[in-house]
Amino acid sequence: MNKTYNQKAWFFVIPVFVLVAFNAVVPLMTVVNYSFQETFGSNVFAWEGTRWFKQILHSERFHASLGRQFIFTFIILLIQLPLGIAIALTMPKKGWGVPVCLILMSMPLLIPWNVVGAMWNIFALPDIGFLGNSLNSLGFDYNFTQQSGDAWFTTILMDVWHWTSLVVLLSYAGLNSIQPAYYQAAEIDGASRWDIFRYIELPKMKKVLTLAILLRFMDSFMIYTEPFVLTGGGPGNATNFLSLDLVKMALGQFDLGPAAAMSLIYFLIVLLICWVFYSLMMKNEGRT
Amino acid sequence: MSLELKNVEKKVGIETHIYSTNLKLEKNTINVLLGSTLAGKTTLMQIMAGLDKPTSGEIWFNDENVTGKEVQKRNCSMVYQQFINYPNFTVFENIASPLKITGVKPQEIKERVGKVAELLKLSAMLNKKPDELSGGQQQRTALARALVKDSDLILLDEPLANLDFKLREELREELPKLFEDRDCIVVYATTEPLDALMIGGNTATLLDGRIIQYGETLKVYNKPENLTSAKVFSDPPMNIAEISKSGDMFKLKDYSVQWKSNIKIKDGDYIIGIRPHNITTYKEGNNSVEINGKVLISELSGSESLIHFTSGKLNWVSLSNGVQQKNIGENTKLFMNVDEFLYFDKNNRLVTNG
Repeated sequence: MNKTYNQKAWFFVIPVFVLVAFNAVVPLMTVVNYSFQETFGSNVFAWEGTRWFKQILHSERFHASLGRQFIFTFIILLIQLPLGIAIALTMPKKGWGVPVCLILMSMPLLIPWNVVGAMWNIFALPDIGFLGNSLNSLGFDYNFTQQSGDAWFTTILMDVWHWTSLVVLLSYAGLNSIQPAYYQAAEIDGASRWDIFRYIELPKMKKVLTLAILLRFMDSFMIYTEPFVLTGGGPGNATNFLSLDLVKMALGQFDLGPAAAMSLIYFLIVLLICWVFYSLMMKNEGRT
Repeated sequence: MSLELKNVEKKVGIETHIYSTNLKLEKNTINVLLGSTLAGKTTLMQIMAGLDKPTSGEIWFNDENVTGKEVQKRNCSMVYQQFINYPNFTVFENIASPLKITGVKPQEIKERVGKVAELLKLSAMLNKKPDELSGGQQQRTALARALVKDSDLILLDEPLANLDFKLREELREELPKLFEDRDCIVVYATTEPLDALMIGGNTATLLDGRIIQYGETLKVYNKPENLTSAKVFSDPPMNIAEISKSGDMFKLKDYSVQWKSNIKIKDGDYIIGIRPHNITTYKEGNNSVEINGKVLISELSGSESLIHFTSGKLNWVSLSNGVQQKNIGENTKLFMNVDEFLYFDKNNRLVTNG
């Protein structure tokens, strides 16, 4: 058999190669390059081997911000998932309420992240902010710029406000794809509302919820802009999450080597957790 | 045991889905609801099950008014056109689910599930999940769930519609046997007249939210009360033509086919209904009449040939046994079996069935 060779197809692939190269491969390799060397600027490099990695892995500062990051993400998932599912369950399935709810739900997602941070900063200011002022008038001693508990509370509240909608929209889409006959069949069986949720809605939402957890995990684990604007990592280091710490190290202290090593470790943690989680969720999915 | 609908009516907004309906279903019967899509079959079943409330009218079960009774408190089961099973339960757990909810002991559950699974040829698949099964097996699981419960009322809403041809044939044969020794009322909704004939029992013909006729399936088929019922219960569609009668001579009004018959009806104008299988390419019965036509379409199904032809101003459909090769546009001669004609009066009521 004579194969026809047509090399023209390369022209369609090359733009993607170029884009991906500039977009991902080149920056990543630059970071890898920095992480193994010491630099003093003006393109002078000295080989350091794995020194920066060892330094970061043994650094208490890294442990602390990594710990904060895990606690933050854990709390975020713990609140946003059940809340998102609950809201999706109560949303109307037909009628004029559907577009109204969908638009209301999408609003927070459409606001730029630094605007969200600025909004909540002003909103929560203890003297002039509506939230801060109200809390203080009610007798709570609330000041997110000085008390770390209040800073955490405000950051979490802001993230819940900003991102729960994503879980709601995904869950809502999952719920809407369940045929009405499932509900009827369960009713005929005599199933309770909880049974219907546990044995029909939850299994049927499994895929969208997996997606929701992955997205919310990645986004909250890499959160930067909003706490940067809201608290700047403070008071002290109370809300100094991983990415905030990373930027401080790279651009504040100009420790490019350790910062590069840290960002690679950061990247590998996110990748590893996502991979393990996804593999576990999809293990029993069979042929579908 | 009986299920009775008394003046049941269902309106949604300004639309009427079910017009005032009276229907009494007796114990140990299979009842087919036959009608096209949107005829009201599903609505009627949902009202019977208690999934939906009628706008007016009452539903009586035995001697109890169950109109407002919740579906959970009634003892009924339902099988849908889609294959509805709990997605993350195994076949065993799926079949056992209605029993578990009512608190049957594990030992008894095991026995009953085993029995039903065997009946439906699922014994080998009890540990599989629904999405590992073929469509036919998924629907068998759904059927098993409906049967395991010993319900008073079993509703089947076009259970075979989503299956491929072969599986449909197979399951359709088994269905009547499954319900043979059961102490319950079975309602089976379908769009296909053939389903009704194969399942037997009683049939109600439906059109646009009205029950046209209810009775023994063969009676409804052979002696439809009116033209509408006959049309609903005919696939391929029935041939309809206007005729006039004088003496023992019958004549098609717009074409000169005529025949003699000694059936005793008054002289005058009538409408006849001829089922496609009573027009054939060969003579059938003792009393047949020729009709000449031009072939429009000829479809072969292997064992049968469907020939659409035009004769006079009318289009006709004929169904003959065997492979009858006809070319499009060909002039052909067919035979109508006069003894099988259905005669309707001007108000579409049946006068005689030959």
